[in-house]
Amino acid sequence: MSKIGVFIEIVDQALGKSVPGVVGAACRGGDVVGFVLDDLADKDRELLEEYGVTEVVVVGGREVALSELPVSAGLALADAVKASGVKALLGVSSSTGNDLLTRAALSLQAPLVLDCTGIDFNTNCVRKSHFSGKATATLQLTAAPFVCGIRPNSFDPVPEKVACTITKFEYAGPIDDAITVTGVEKSGSGRKDLAEADIIITGGRPIGSSENFKILEECADTIDAAIGASRAAVDAGYAPHSMQVGLTGKIVSPKLYIGCGLSGSVQHFAGMKSSKLIVGINTDKDAPIFSKSDYGIIGDLFEVVPLLTRQLQKRR
Amino acid sequence: MRIYVCIKQVPDSEAIIKIVGDTEYNREVVYVVNPYDEYGVEEAVRLKENNGDGEVIAVCVGGEGAVSALRTVMAMGVDRSVLVKTGEQFVGSDLTAQALAWVIEQEGPADIIFAGKQSMDSEGMQTPYRLGAQIGLPVVSNVVNFSLEKTTALVQREMGGGLRESLTVKTPCIIGANKGLNEPRYPKMHAILKAKKKEIKVLDIAELTIQDNSGVQLKGLHPAEDRSEARILEGTAEEAVSSLVDILAEQRII
Ligand SMILES: Cc1cc2nc3c(=O)[nH]c(=O)nc-3n(C[C@H](O)[C@H](O)[C@H](O)COP(=O)(O)OP(=O)(O)OC[C@H]3O[C@@H](n4cnc5c(N)ncnc54)[C@H](O)[C@@H]3O)c2cc1C
Ligand SMILES: Nc1ncnc2c1ncn2[C@@H]1O[C@H](COP(=O)(O)O)[C@@H](O)[C@H]1O
Repeated sequence: MSKIGVFIEIVDQALGKSVPGVVGAACRGGDVVGFVLDDLADKDRELLEEYGVTEVVVVGGREVALSELPVSAGLALADAVKASGVKALLGVSSSTGNDLLTRAALSLQAPLVLDCTGIDFNTNCVRKSHFSGKATATLQLTAAPFVCGIRPNSFDPVPEKVACTITKFEYAGPIDDAITVTGVEKSGSGRKDLAEADIIITGGRPIGSSENFKILEECADTIDAAIGASRAAVDAGYAPHSMQVGLTGKIVSPKLYIGCGLSGSVQHFAGMKSSKLIVGINTDKDAPIFSKSDYGIIGDLFEVVPLLTRQLQKRR
Repeated sequence: MRIYVCIKQVPDSEAIIKIVGDTEYNREVVYVVNPYDEYGVEEAVRLKENNGDGEVIAVCVGGEGAVSALRTVMAMGVDRSVLVKTGEQFVGSDLTAQALAWVIEQEGPADIIFAGKQSMDSEGMQTPYRLGAQIGLPVVSNVVNFSLEKTTALVQREMGGGLRESLTVKTPCIIGANKGLNEPRYPKMHAILKAKKKEIKVLDIAELTIQDNSGVQLKGLHPAEDRSEARILEGTAEEAVSSLVDILAEQRII
């Protein structure tokens, strides 16, 4: 059976929430080998064991933290992948994931496609969005190993409890400090990550102020949702850019997307049209959002959202 | 200071895309400068302005029509442009990067290169990295904050989980711009007129001895499924919300 590698991304000192989904994608192609930089915490190993990861390679540098040196990290990941004999390397198409997967692919001179929403290990074909979601492309990767970034929430995790062996790979190549990570800081709300959330509640221009986002936050708290904003709301200064969903913001595909006071522009839909269920709340019955959603409520968000919060609280 | 900006021309986000044959689309749509590239242009022009001297050169691989994208960025303050002409609808990021590297080789070494983090048509997200590999420069993409201190660029990248990563990058380097980096300017009339007189060098991609080594082949393009009309939940706000909550519970979303 062939082996498929998965880059195990650690976000804020914990296993990235989208990693199990990528493991779910990888296990269609063979036994899953995880690759992690520097170190793997026990709690993260246990989580990986829940999803069928039988082997993890801890890729470390001599006396340096690879996670602070993106160039060397990419080279090290490539060397470890080469040594392991995996047929492919997958990872979350996040900011960090894309960065490292690309560096590794270039070092391996391997075919690379990022932000894949489908993968077929028999034909080595992947699917990904083109034209901001207006089309889907099928691309074939014609050499092995190949490297793919997987869009968060594109694959479901497949629970399968196994025991996992840990091996170490010591990177012996050059240490390149042309790029050095000097710090990581929290920006914006510090709330749940948009790209990884199962439920997202988004506010549009009529939200009117950053304080008013509190209405959405209260609702989000009842269902563990992340909060998004339209570009109109971001550009008006009501929310930071990290909350923007759409063509020039985040691309998200949660199970449920509730748009509050969104007109439903193509540019906004470019970021959230692959959500499983879309609900629009808008005062205007003719708003375009209603022509592309699953459910609609015609009403004032300042009235509807607090009602929703209350009813959700009651259900719990 | 020699600053390059990589410019791609892409269909406007409002354009209706129709798939033609297996792997082509209707070409007769309205085109614009790839939105992320505008942030690169703005940053490049500001850098030149703050620096007091230097030259900003736009490089584009695209069809003949891409001249209009180059006029647009020259109206924003780019000094001159080079267009590598191609007849293909999709030029892979590997070939593109080789062509960009070729031009940079011709025009002189870069002090800094700006690109967008992603193009809106093929959404490859890798051209800046490939260019970096071609010409041996460090690359940081997804950049929302940039400043230059002597020979080091201080940048911030947006990451998941509401985190921002700060990095130092040795220059010369390549920056992939994200929204949030700056507010691109709207060119004034006199700048638009002036841009008409600026130089655009055109060369044919066939003149470059490059070939695609990406190992990726486009096999098919398919229109995305359109979502249908919403079911409007009727009644008072209270009733509509109640129906919604029932539906969400039924579908085991909450
Ligand atoms: C290159 C480019 C990139 C872009 N990228 C993005 C992007 O990434 N993300 C994005 O969102 N946009 C993007 N846009 C902007 C996009 O075109 C729209 O302008 C924007 O999405 C509109 O935001 P909105 O729906 O919040 O506001 P509006 O268009 O102002 O719509 C507000 C809606 O709320 C309704 N409403 C008013 N009051 C209430 C109330 N009290 N309760 C309920 N409903 C109410 C109104 O009927 C209206 O339909 C981009 C545009 C361009 C050109
Ligand atoms: N054909 C092209 N000509 C010039 N620059 C390009 C071209 N394709 C991509 N780029 C640059 O690379 C960035 C990322 O593109 P991509 O890898 O296609 O997502 C774009 O934002 C541009 O700055």
